[in-house]
Amino acid sequence: MNRPDGSRCTTDSVGVAALDRLLPMHVLLAPDRTIRHAGPTLEKMAGRGPLAGQPADRVFDLRRPCGLEEFDRLLAADGQRLTLALHGAEDLPLRGVLVRMPDGGALIDMSLGLSFERGVTRFDLNGSDFSPCDQTVELLYLQEANAVIARLSRQLTDRLSAAREAAEHQALTDPLTALANRRAMDIELRRLLEDPGAEFALLHLDLDFFKQVNDTRGHAAGDHVLAEVADILRRDLRGMDMAARVGGDEFLAILRDTTSPEAISALAERLIRRIERPIPFEGSVCRVSASIGVVATTVYGIRPSADLMVADADAALYRAKKAGRATFAIHGRQAETLNREKRMDDPRRR
Amino acid sequence: MHGMVNRALQGFIVANYGPDVWAEVRSVARLPEDGFEAMHRYDHAVTLTCFGAAVDVLGKHPNALLEDIGTYLVTDPQLEPLRRLLRFGGGTFMEFLVSLEELPDRARLAMPELEMPEITLHAEGCGLFTISARWPVPGIAPLLLGALRAMADDYGALAFLELAGIEGGRERLRVRIFDTDFNEGKAFSLGQVAP
Repeated sequence: MNRPDGSRCTTDSVGVAALDRLLPMHVLLAPDRTIRHAGPTLEKMAGRGPLAGQPADRVFDLRRPCGLEEFDRLLAADGQRLTLALHGAEDLPLRGVLVRMPDGGALIDMSLGLSFERGVTRFDLNGSDFSPCDQTVELLYLQEANAVIARLSRQLTDRLSAAREAAEHQALTDPLTALANRRAMDIELRRLLEDPGAEFALLHLDLDFFKQVNDTRGHAAGDHVLAEVADILRRDLRGMDMAARVGGDEFLAILRDTTSPEAISALAERLIRRIERPIPFEGSVCRVSASIGVVATTVYGIRPSADLMVADADAALYRAKKAGRATFAIHGRQAETLNREKRMDDPRRR
Repeated sequence: MHGMVNRALQGFIVANYGPDVWAEVRSVARLPEDGFEAMHRYDHAVTLTCFGAAVDVLGKHPNALLEDIGTYLVTDPQLEPLRRLLRFGGGTFMEFLVSLEELPDRARLAMPELEMPEITLHAEGCGLFTISARWPVPGIAPLLLGALRAMADDYGALAFLELAGIEGGRERLRVRIFDTDFNEGKAFSLGQVAP
């Protein structure tokens, strides 16, 4: 629609009422930068009475592309995106766009931009403060809905990890070696001790020089050694025996009906020899040995508790370690040192 | 059915009748002890079995139970976030009603897999509306009846709602709005007061 003088139609002909409806956050500036009119939502946000007649720079700051004082430059930014902020709400940058008016003034429309959530709260806006075409309310809805869903997901994750923890707690197998774990060993030990007819030895085995393997060859090599040792225990023990990995490089074994020092010594020596065999790993070999402490149910006058047996096996192991490693000790007897030849094999000497 | 729907049923029974009654319903329906998980999916049959068990245990008419569940969804303090999300539908009860057809899309924005009823709204004039809805399982109309009555109350509108039968597989209900500003209603501001 062109006027007889050739100028484009002004806002007067569109009608401020229509502008208020379509762009409730607009401001209409005269060429001297005083506010001619402001949309109802912007009036509410500014919260300083009617804006008409006030100098624009008392109401808001223009940050980008330039300040209000460079009005000509601003007018040249017709159609570009502006960044501005209301005085008193400097932390809530608004987004805007400016259209140059034929009279040398400007029409600026604004929106809450990305600070919409804080903006809505700060300016106490409600649905009717936005044009029905404005998606800000939908954004708020979406943000709130997302928060609810995220909370539900978090609760599910928490429940799942709690369930996993419970399952792990109830597990009876050591995942690395597939031997029994300490929990399974405790259960079996208590069960056997409650059976007055069950006589057995409890063997506590601790690897020697395992830390060196871990430190020099890496954890993969260490894990491989543990798996090999587990295999040795599985092969050398009988079906009625039970072996468990109970710590980093610590194993416990129950040897049913094996209580004589001779039988225990034979088995302990055999285990140490097997474990001392070089273990191939990625082109070279790993060498470890083992110290063993053993206790048999038959040395007690009355049925011992599981804790006492474990403690006595542990004390025997300590004696074996003190006696120079790669050896075994039986609770209630002198530490038996293995023959000299074997000591020549000591991996520490290589 | 989305776990959210089943979880709502579970939540309703626990909130209104207590955990013992829920345990009984669960056992009649042969559900696992943990109950439903909101973020899982279940067969429709599981939902129907659970609902059937609730009807038996509580000795209620299915429609009355569904209506109560609808009311629970809007009014239970634990579900305040849901009430808020519903209030985003419009500034007045009338606007909310008119936006009902958008409800499935609105819900899908948040939860793409949630089976929402397909809703059509027919304005008969003079504040009279007919709503028809279709859902994978029967009972959407009484459920909506309870929820919409609670929403009218939430907005402070005076409205009369009733079931209007089933037509061509679509369940129907009628809403007559007498006054959208009958009382103050419950507070709602776009900005959340507490996070």
